[in-house]
Amino acid sequence: MRDGRLALTIVLTLVFAFLYVPIGVLVALSFNEGGLPTAWSGFSFKWYAALAHNGAILQAALNTLIVALASTAVATVLGTLLALGIEMRRRKSRGLEALIFAPMIIPDIVLAIALLSMFAMLDVTMGLHTIAASHVVFNLAFVAAVVRARLKSFDWSMIEASTDLGATGFTTFRRVTLPAIAGSVVAGALIAFTLSVDEFIIAFFTAGAGRASITLPMQIYSMLRFGITPEINALATLVIAVSVVALTLSQRFNRGMVG
Amino acid sequence: MTPALGKPRLLMAPALLWLMAFLVAPCALVLANAFFLRGLYGGIEYTLTWENLVRAFDPLYAGIFLRSAEVAGLATVFALLVGYPAAYAIAMAPRRWQATILFLAVLPFWSNYLIRTYAWIVLLNREGLLTQALRWMGYTGEPPSLLYTDGAVIVGLVYNYLPFVILAVYSALSRLNPEFREASRDLGAGGFTTFRRVILPLTMPGVAAGAVFVFVLSIGNFVTPALLGGGRFQMVGNLVYDQFLTANDWPFGAALSLVLITVMMALLVAQGLVADRLAGERAVAKEAA
Repeated sequence: MRDGRLALTIVLTLVFAFLYVPIGVLVALSFNEGGLPTAWSGFSFKWYAALAHNGAILQAALNTLIVALASTAVATVLGTLLALGIEMRRRKSRGLEALIFAPMIIPDIVLAIALLSMFAMLDVTMGLHTIAASHVVFNLAFVAAVVRARLKSFDWSMIEASTDLGATGFTTFRRVTLPAIAGSVVAGALIAFTLSVDEFIIAFFTAGAGRASITLPMQIYSMLRFGITPEINALATLVIAVSVVALTLSQRFNRGMVG
Repeated sequence: MTPALGKPRLLMAPALLWLMAFLVAPCALVLANAFFLRGLYGGIEYTLTWENLVRAFDPLYAGIFLRSAEVAGLATVFALLVGYPAAYAIAMAPRRWQATILFLAVLPFWSNYLIRTYAWIVLLNREGLLTQALRWMGYTGEPPSLLYTDGAVIVGLVYNYLPFVILAVYSALSRLNPEFREASRDLGAGGFTTFRRVILPLTMPGVAAGAVFVFVLSIGNFVTPALLGGGRFQMVGNLVYDQFLTANDWPFGAALSLVLITVMMALLVAQGLVADRLAGERAVAKEAA
């Protein structure tokens, strides 16, 4: 029995090393004065300072923020309403479930070329707005999934009680339903924000020509393809930090520890 | 049931309309485009043809499909070999830690895909950390060429999609009745026999779900082969990418996507059927018991 426990600890240690060493190396390198992965030459923030003076990266970061905020806002409203609508229905429809599950599993490349084909056929000028509209597709599915999970344990008779006591539909939503699901709505929104900040392929295909609507992942991809500079380690560290913070917050909101 | 919130249909309408406009319509368009001719200067000529689909099965392209399936298949096998023991170890950990360990195991998955792939460039390149680690251990020969190989692509895919396997297998393991394990032991089975005859068969739906996810995501992937693999036409994803952004042959790109989606749908449906069937068998067994 003791041997078994030791073996399991070893397995976990190895798997966690596999998962975290590559990321840890990047984070460590971002503070390496010399910038080379081959030799440690002292601790420095200079690559972070370099980022702050890189116009292209700052523009890309701003674009990413615009896309992520816009798509998260729309997806949170649509996804929450969708979740409420589905969970209120008595009848479950397999087709509906498949349609809502599809955005989570459809390969990015397929959705990307499909959207590009449609925008091109309709002669839509592409830019940040087309990226944001496209991101809403998978974002609303994730928001709906998180909110639905919360609604499974929601006591629907509270709504009837509120109505019986004379509250209007909107008052009931504001005073009863929303407080009950608020944590999961925020959790879903944080997940949507993370997904949008990190999404590359769909943005790449629906951004249109030119540099004006380049997002951070597109900028990172072109740096990886056409010349890796030490700045990328600092950028990677910051992007990872944003995801980790957003996800940890999301987890806490979802468990109802906050708000 | 609850008119206070408005009709369910009305609540669902905005999201469903959005999915119709930005998911169903574009996918239907790609489906249709696969059956049209390529225009003289790129673009699409609206004449019906089978040509694109026939060409997708040309040995040259069929070869790329098979190669993609091989790489994706190997990635799936390795992800299962690493992910199953990891999920098992998490399921055996003290209950109050399980949620935290699971969260930490999945956390890297939520960071940027490109960055996670880039990390392997840093580790695997000729003067990368792995070479240095070898040197440090006394290796003096040529630096090994690890990057830009199929192996690098497979490692990258396993690294990126491992959390799917861990989540799927863990969820199957956590639903497992612990009494089965005790019963097997009481009947004299050793640890390995219990695993092989009781635990593994009962967690097969989780294994199947994890495997299908890794395979489906890997076979359509184009970023990992582009960054970690050698050569140009590596996998189907890269081929599709090229038809749209380089070769400008959208109908053929659409036909390739159509084949890709069909393969993936078939796998997902098969997995769904297997899961339903196993669930059914289990229900029967429970009734009999």
